[in-house]
Amino acid sequence: MRSLLLLFAVFLVIGAAPVLVVSEFWLDVIIMTLYAALLGQAWNILGGYGGQFSFGHAAYFGTGAYTVAVLQVQFGVNPWIGLVAGALTAGAVAAFIGFSTFRYGLRGSYFALVTLAFAEVLRILSNSVEVTGAGVGILIPLERSLANLQFASKTSYFWLIWTMTLAAFLVVWWIGNSRFGARLMAVRDNEEAARALGVDAFRVKMGAIVLSGVFSGLAGVFYAQYLLYLDPSIAYGPAVSIESLLVPIIGGMGTLFGPLLGAAAIHAVSEFTSEVTGDAPGISLAVYGALLVVMVTFMPRGLAGLVGRLGARRGARALAVERRHA
Amino acid sequence: MPDLAIIIPSVLNGITTGALYALVALGLTLIYGVLHIINFAHGALLMLGLYAVYYLKARFGIDPYLALLIVPPAMFALGYALQRGIIGRASHGRDENILLVTLGLAIVIENLSLFFFRSDTRIIDTPYSFETVEILGAFLPLPKVVAFAGAIVTAALLWLVMARTDLGRAIRAVAKEKKGTALVGIDTDHVYAMSYGLGIACLGVAACLLLPSYYVNPQVGHGFVLIAFTIVVLGGMGSFVGALIGGFVIGVVEAMGGLFLGESLGQIGIFAIFILVLIFRPTGLLGHRV
Repeated sequence: MRSLLLLFAVFLVIGAAPVLVVSEFWLDVIIMTLYAALLGQAWNILGGYGGQFSFGHAAYFGTGAYTVAVLQVQFGVNPWIGLVAGALTAGAVAAFIGFSTFRYGLRGSYFALVTLAFAEVLRILSNSVEVTGAGVGILIPLERSLANLQFASKTSYFWLIWTMTLAAFLVVWWIGNSRFGARLMAVRDNEEAARALGVDAFRVKMGAIVLSGVFSGLAGVFYAQYLLYLDPSIAYGPAVSIESLLVPIIGGMGTLFGPLLGAAAIHAVSEFTSEVTGDAPGISLAVYGALLVVMVTFMPRGLAGLVGRLGARRGARALAVERRHA
Repeated sequence: MPDLAIIIPSVLNGITTGALYALVALGLTLIYGVLHIINFAHGALLMLGLYAVYYLKARFGIDPYLALLIVPPAMFALGYALQRGIIGRASHGRDENILLVTLGLAIVIENLSLFFFRSDTRIIDTPYSFETVEILGAFLPLPKVVAFAGAIVTAALLWLVMARTDLGRAIRAVAKEKKGTALVGIDTDHVYAMSYGLGIACLGVAACLLLPSYYVNPQVGHGFVLIAFTIVVLGGMGSFVGALIGGFVIGVVEAMGGLFLGESLGQIGIFAIFILVLIFRPTGLLGHRV
């Protein structure tokens, strides 16, 4: 319960941003940080809590993004309906990929490779068919209104991504405190043992991948409505897949707040590097890669692990004080 | 339906392209077979090799085939250092960590290359770049025919090293039983690094044979990574013959896909094979049960 209260407190503080932050630039940084936290939390459901490392989360992100964009541009469907449709189609793609891989017991490196290949297939498909605008990409016409899910002010976009991200965090809080989550973590820690205890590993992993896909799809919908342009390499390229896994790995896999810490960390780092190097091509991504290597080598539990360790030390000290008083 | 006069050249072309893919996959399959590492940095390291060959030619006028004496040993040293200095330390005994670390390395190498070499696509000009050889009525580029021979020679050399030398015996021992090997006094960290170095040296060979008929830019490795994984998975992880055959199969599939489905959609055949093989026969066509 304490973590739930903390979660609401943190989101309330973040919610004060539009009031406190006047500059459009910094509001944009905060919006993109929340968006990264959403992408990372989506990955965290499957990768952090489920132990299934996906290298192709762009498959769900891109499907959500293309769904809302194509429905709007080619079929005149309202983007609010597109938002729901985007989350659902992304979930469906996740269900398909999950079914075809978990059914045959693919795990570890094999699972990572297959998810990467699925994202690549979708990239080639979206590059070849007419409906997505093929290689040229798809441009959502600018018509700012609430009904159109396009806003003139960044503050409205802020509330949109704030709500989506809060929803993802609430679901992950639920995972951390439910039987489903306990089963999922049991499968992560030792699948054979979990099955011996009667956990249906296949169903549990399916649940995780679909939830994960739905939230990645929502991130895609947000991206499409915020930037109003998509092409195959934005939607299905490796950049999104990498960002999705980098955020929770830096922040702390399998923890509720890890993705938020990770998102804040990578945005702080990228603002800093672009300040220092002045947008030289490649440098900020190179720093991301180096961060990934450093974190896996020296801090496999991420920033949340570091915070946890400090917390544990404080706890130990408090315990010592109590003992002395007793 | 295109007739045989189109299909035969296309198949032969596919086989020679496949030989290039096989060269890249040979290193990958060696590294996987011994270290059980899925080396995500493979494409990025190939790209570094290609730049090395490019600059040796552009700055010092060294022919790519002469660079075979320089680039593979340099790549070997780089691979040895990477495994000993970074990858080995990061693993903590978990395959997922190695996957992530090599992914991180790939991101670093690619983006630093983007920074230093810029995103321009470069090619080199050799007297034989546009020479062709006639085989079965098809005109094949000479560099590709050389690469085809090179792939077979490299595979044979690798097989000899693994079967006939002490290093090869040590590598096979470590792959089978790491603890036991350490107990009889073999430095397993050294053997791991040697295997990784050998795998990366294969990329050096591939780079020298590839550049005369290809190009280099910082993203060039991308195209090869998934294809090389497909070949390794198809041929059975750790099998050299499998990698050769897998390379030819993929080359022909790509050529046929391009012929019947068009350039951009043609690649889908490769990934379809990849996904199907991984799902239904993850040990590959020639691999052993794991």
